[in-house]
Amino acid sequence: MMGGNAGNKPALLVDGKRVDGRGVEDLRNVKIVARVLNDADGSAYIEWGKNKILAGVYGPSECIPRHDQSLYRSVVKCRYNMAPFSGMEEHGRSGPNRRSKELSKVIKEAFENVIISESYPKTQIEIYLEVLQSDGGTRCAAVTAAAVALADAGIPMKDMVNAVAVCKIDGKMAVDPGKEEDNFGESDMPIAFSPRTGDVLLFQMDGLLTPDELAEGFRLARNASGKLREIQVAAIRKVYDEPREERFLVIEKKQ
Amino acid sequence: MEPINEIKRDSLQAFLSAGRRADNRGMYDYRKIVVQPGILQNADGSAIVSIGKSQVMAGIKFDIAKPFPDRPKEGVLSTSAELLPLASHLFEIGPPSDESIELARVVDRGIRSANIIDLSSFFIEEDKVLAVYIDVFILDHDGNLIDAASLGAMAALLAARMPKVEKGKIIRGEYTGRLPLKDKVVTCTFGKLGERIFLDPTLDEEKGMDCRLTLATTPVHLCAAQKGGWGAFSEKDVLELTNVSLEKGKELRALLPDL
Repeated sequence: MMGGNAGNKPALLVDGKRVDGRGVEDLRNVKIVARVLNDADGSAYIEWGKNKILAGVYGPSECIPRHDQSLYRSVVKCRYNMAPFSGMEEHGRSGPNRRSKELSKVIKEAFENVIISESYPKTQIEIYLEVLQSDGGTRCAAVTAAAVALADAGIPMKDMVNAVAVCKIDGKMAVDPGKEEDNFGESDMPIAFSPRTGDVLLFQMDGLLTPDELAEGFRLARNASGKLREIQVAAIRKVYDEPREERFLVIEKKQ
Repeated sequence: MEPINEIKRDSLQAFLSAGRRADNRGMYDYRKIVVQPGILQNADGSAIVSIGKSQVMAGIKFDIAKPFPDRPKEGVLSTSAELLPLASHLFEIGPPSDESIELARVVDRGIRSANIIDLSSFFIEEDKVLAVYIDVFILDHDGNLIDAASLGAMAALLAARMPKVEKGKIIRGEYTGRLPLKDKVVTCTFGKLGERIFLDPTLDEEKGMDCRLTLATTPVHLCAAQKGGWGAFSEKDVLELTNVSLEKGKELRALLPDL
């Protein structure tokens, strides 16, 4: 997803263990905190491995500019953006690029499926995703956080949404590739699900897969999606079970 | 002026003439400030700072760059600020607004003019120097973004580590120690409505006030200033507020990591 195949490829799977010690079915650690911003109607912060992403949602509010309006539904808008300091490598350029525009589009389309937008004609729902630190799999983490922010904003949805990628490493399918697996793996396939119906809302893929490998990839991803849903629901519950007076973003210091 | 701002102005006026503020703060009191330095791993330095309900994140990145032609032996310092659309319904997607450019330049000016970073130590070889990028991300807007942004930038610089440079290249993820800094620069921003002056304006206060004055200080000097808004300050105001800023600066510096 993020980088090329430059450099020497390390062994990615040794005795069923991956470079970071996970098995092929294991997700990295995922932590979600909902309602971390004051002005946004809904917000969520996700830590997924070393990914750190902030999602903020506004709406439904009057759709501006007016020529974007629909008489029949609320217009969903999405911006996925990476901070210039988010990567391991050099200082990035701020502002949209071809990659971030594509991701904004496919993420928006995934949410158009589940948001009950017919209830709010002439309005817009804005989803803003800020990648503060990237570690492979930012689009999946961003989708997972965005769904929690939408729920926090009280926007009616048919279902929760979450996403996870699967990869092929040293000839075997594995869930949730880390940065190294992303760079050196043989295939990468991010998928967003509507967990209740099983519908596939975002689907991208590169690399070479046989039909059997594809099926195994889906099995791994669905399994992970179920675990993600529990984490998402717990994050929303916590807002009401343990209400906080002050909303602010707390990031635990590591290493 | 929008009608809503007219209303905010009236309510601010009413509070101030009673010698009070809407949140019961004193005229020269800050809201609650929380500083979290060093919270990112990929950035070379980072921090989150909140002042009341305003939140900012700052990230530091080092790169190799070409020096400016007029300063061939000096490193490059570059500051930018982004008013993220998730921070406020007032912010829109698009090229940097006038407000974000002013914000970045005021933060930059304080740090630059106090010479707290020794840019001459950033020289690597002919036509090759280190560049330090300070990126300020506004996450939540409830007024006084300037003080929040400069406190965030300063906290991130204090948490920053110097990258290892070998054969003219940065070895990512390896560091030689902390970024040496000479002083802690902090800013104090005051709002003024009529003859009343108050520190750390909230967004509601900003909407109603006539003008603002930002004073950046080292422990002993005034090192940068910016006046904004259509109203006016007297010379006496400026002198008096400089003393207040030097005094308040002590409180702000105590919240930051040690030099």
